[in-house]
Amino acid sequence: MELRDELKYTASHEWVKEEGDQVVIGLTDYAQSELGDLVFVNLPQEGDEVTKGEAFADVESVKAVSDVYSPVTGVVSEINEELMDAPEMINESPYDAWLVKVSQVTETEDLMSAEEYGESVEKENE
Amino acid sequence: MELKTPLYDAHVRAGGKMVPFAGYLLPVQYASGVIREHMAVRRAAGLFDVSHMGEVICEGERALENLQLLLTNDFSGMADGQARYSPMCNDRGGTVDDLIVYRERENRYLIVVNAANREKDYRWMKDHALGDTVFTDVSDDYAQIALQGPKAIDILAKIAGEESIPKKYYHGVFGAEAAGIPCMISRTGYTGEPGVEIYLAAEKAEEMWETLLEKGKEEGLIPCGLGARDTLRMEAAMPLYGHEMDEDITPLETGLAFAVKMGKEDFIGKKALEEKGEPRLMRVGMKATGRGIIRESQEVYRDGRLIGRTTSGTHCPYLGYPAAMALIETGAAKTGDKVEADVRGRRVEAEIVPLPFYSRKK
Repeated sequence: MELRDELKYTASHEWVKEEGDQVVIGLTDYAQSELGDLVFVNLPQEGDEVTKGEAFADVESVKAVSDVYSPVTGVVSEINEELMDAPEMINESPYDAWLVKVSQVTETEDLMSAEEYGESVEKENE
Repeated sequence: MELKTPLYDAHVRAGGKMVPFAGYLLPVQYASGVIREHMAVRRAAGLFDVSHMGEVICEGERALENLQLLLTNDFSGMADGQARYSPMCNDRGGTVDDLIVYRERENRYLIVVNAANREKDYRWMKDHALGDTVFTDVSDDYAQIALQGPKAIDILAKIAGEESIPKKYYHGVFGAEAAGIPCMISRTGYTGEPGVEIYLAAEKAEEMWETLLEKGKEEGLIPCGLGARDTLRMEAAMPLYGHEMDEDITPLETGLAFAVKMGKEDFIGKKALEEKGEPRLMRVGMKATGRGIIRESQEVYRDGRLIGRTTSGTHCPYLGYPAAMALIETGAAKTGDKVEADVRGRRVEAEIVPLPFYSRKK
């Protein structure tokens, strides 16, 4: 499982990166490996509001659908349209294949460091 | 608690992601992932552990007569080693299971049933035994390995003599030998590709599995899990019990008329099927043309009217688009018609297409 020190993580396996006044959200390496080959990504639209702890997108592997939860409350400022035609980018390069960028962030959930997240995944698998 | 097949340790060693399925722990995929496993079977070959399938021996002087009564297909005129697919109906014409019958020799048949239905089927067969016909559940003694794909026969030929390899589709060789292991080799499968299924003693399963993987390496043979098994059968539009058929769906509704011989003197369910007349439902293929993956149990609409429900659906790796099978009201839509599926509250457009979605060019 690959982790990036510069990112923050949620217990529901999203990664978060602060980029100026926006936050970038994606799925962790662990999430993509558990999901298996991704074949479809359903993203919100620019301007949609997202709420901390609530699902804002879903990703589908060959076998199953999974919700993606927002670690922040805010407004979607950009979506990664490339994923629409190439969802496998999440499997190939989970930390580059971001899903959305969110601005006007008013609330953020407690996020984990790479080390903390790594430990929590290990615990989940015990 | 889930049972382990004789190949459990081999799966774990190979990085199989083990999940419970029909009472067994089986690999849903290996490290290569469902899509690569799927493509290996379409382009080269894949190896599947299907040891969870049930095997029942039907034996006795009235064995043939008994099968004719129990099952909808006609088993007269079969040669030794020949196989025949059949639904098994209940009194209402619904489907108890679908299965394959092999004639081993006169008065002795091997019946291969779905894992999830094994106990139910065995009870049903015993309850309908004629005279001194004996049904014996031998599932626990047998492992089953499916070698599937355009390279399957070439790979098998490296470890089995010509006399052990069946020449024709739906034929098996009892008393065959591969890698020095006694087995039954049958030219059948659930992928839409050429290939074989190998039945052998459970304690020899691991040796056969490892030998095949080793011998098939240069042809591109890889182990495949349940995920690829499902996407492959989906592209080939092969029905799956519990999806396209169940106790309330007749085999005619599933589109299996070729295996329901209404001209036969009698079989369980025949009267009910006659009384029902023309099937109320029909199985159709749907190719998603809108954005989204249509899954099973989703409502199907045409011009805003509910006409049926999907029974299976997934992304099809070889075809490159999502597809579904559905049971719809007979005549409610035909090939080329636009329909919609309700995908978790969102309508996804689809086109009715002929089945199967995929078939290998001859």
